[in-house]
Amino acid sequence: MGSREVCVRDEGETAALVAEMARRIWAGAEDAPPVRLVGVRARGVPLAERLAVEAARLGFEGVAVGAVDITLYRDDLDQARRWPVLRGTDIPFDVDGADVVLVDDVLFTGRTIRAAINAVCDLGRPSRIRLAVLVDRGGRELPIQPDVVGLALETDLRDRVQVRLRPFDPGDEIARIPAPPGPERSPS
Amino acid sequence: MTTASLADPAPADSGPAPFAWTRKHLLGLEDLSREEITAVLDTAESFSEVSKRSRKKVPALQGRVVFNLFFENSTRTRTSFSLAAKRLSADVQDFSASVSSISKGETFIDTAKNIEAMGCDVMVVRHPTPGAPHLLSQHVQSSIINAGDGAHEHPTQGLLDLMTIRRAKGGFEGLTVALIGDIAHSRVARSNIWGLLKLGAKVILCGPPTLVPRGMERLGCEVAYRLDDVLHRCDVINVLRIQFERQQRGLFPSVGEYSQFYMMTQERVKKAKDDLLILAPGPINRGVELTPEVADGKHSAILDQVSNGLAVRMAVLYLLSGKMPAGE
Repeated sequence: MGSREVCVRDEGETAALVAEMARRIWAGAEDAPPVRLVGVRARGVPLAERLAVEAARLGFEGVAVGAVDITLYRDDLDQARRWPVLRGTDIPFDVDGADVVLVDDVLFTGRTIRAAINAVCDLGRPSRIRLAVLVDRGGRELPIQPDVVGLALETDLRDRVQVRLRPFDPGDEIARIPAPPGPERSPS
Repeated sequence: MTTASLADPAPADSGPAPFAWTRKHLLGLEDLSREEITAVLDTAESFSEVSKRSRKKVPALQGRVVFNLFFENSTRTRTSFSLAAKRLSADVQDFSASVSSISKGETFIDTAKNIEAMGCDVMVVRHPTPGAPHLLSQHVQSSIINAGDGAHEHPTQGLLDLMTIRRAKGGFEGLTVALIGDIAHSRVARSNIWGLLKLGAKVILCGPPTLVPRGMERLGCEVAYRLDDVLHRCDVINVLRIQFERQQRGLFPSVGEYSQFYMMTQERVKKAKDDLLILAPGPINRGVELTPEVADGKHSAILDQVSNGLAVRMAVLYLLSGKMPAGE
């Protein structure tokens, strides 16, 4: 993204945010039913996997991680200029009765999470769904709020927020890409 | 960033470079590139997961209308397309020529335009005349899917055969695939030939000389007239149906003689490679193209083909819907 990109959290700081998210997800969960993580493709999946690694450090070994592709549930498919490529939903556990934590990198309008909730509920009836995001950048267009947030970030609606996570990316980083000067544009 | 709007220009961070599907119609595999065929197969893999759910439906094509225009008998292909459309939440309407105004003299194009006037996004067309779906694509706004045009092409059957082979064998490079039987009357054979050659497989066409058209070698195929000459080299055998309904001229002496030379039997399976994969587009004539033991045996992928056909048709409906005028 060139020189206009602003680093908000670097490698070490991003990793610390992930570790703190895991502590909050599994706080007081010793005697509770197992937490199942469902990452929203694309970067929700490596984040969910990282959270599972952190969970093991907290004594919660072998946390199940699934991936949900929300493409088929988007509310803007009809407006697509470029029809999205499917990457597939892959949830290796029974959703019925599960304690699910949806995981995504950036929470913005909430439309992705609305789609992800519908996608998960088409697979069964979870006992509970919570939402964990690394960055909450505001700008909600639906009544959706996260349960666990790594970083609440003030942004202009036209900014882009870029999360990079190993092994999906070469390193960990949270960056903000300020909007180019120009006419106002709605976020979605 | 998954919250980016789809209307934005391609975000720079959307993972592996997405293949841009640009086609509005699926008329044949002859037109498609290797990359396009691979894109359909990859998309179909994603959709096969939907069919395994207890709730086998996704909302992607909600509000879209798919018409099945069948000017020739078909049960399984039409059913497969209907179910595929329903799994994507589209509305499906069947239109059969036998009960239609065609029998009252309306032309093919007029019929299609009347259907379009009711509001239609995709027409799935089967017609006995080669090129009929191509003609329609020039006269209507809907996306056209060729569901079989005479002896020309049956692209979704070709794609489901390719998907079945790819799943069983992992790929196409170095693979030898034989199409057995009635090559001349088979649209399945043509779609298979185009798809397999583009993906890098070696193709052998094997049947009675009267049922293998001249000049197929020029496409890059090997031609053989005796199955036993080539059987040991095959990784995949696709057993084409003898089309009794297209066969009034007696192009081989008898069914018994055909079976003797070309039927897949247990004895022939024993002479073939251990991991031979046997496909048949169906409906199969047990005891003509293959014996019941082979059809139901461990080498047979006939029922996998049916399941994969549903996934392939969902993928095609999904990909073509992205290029509809409404989606621009």
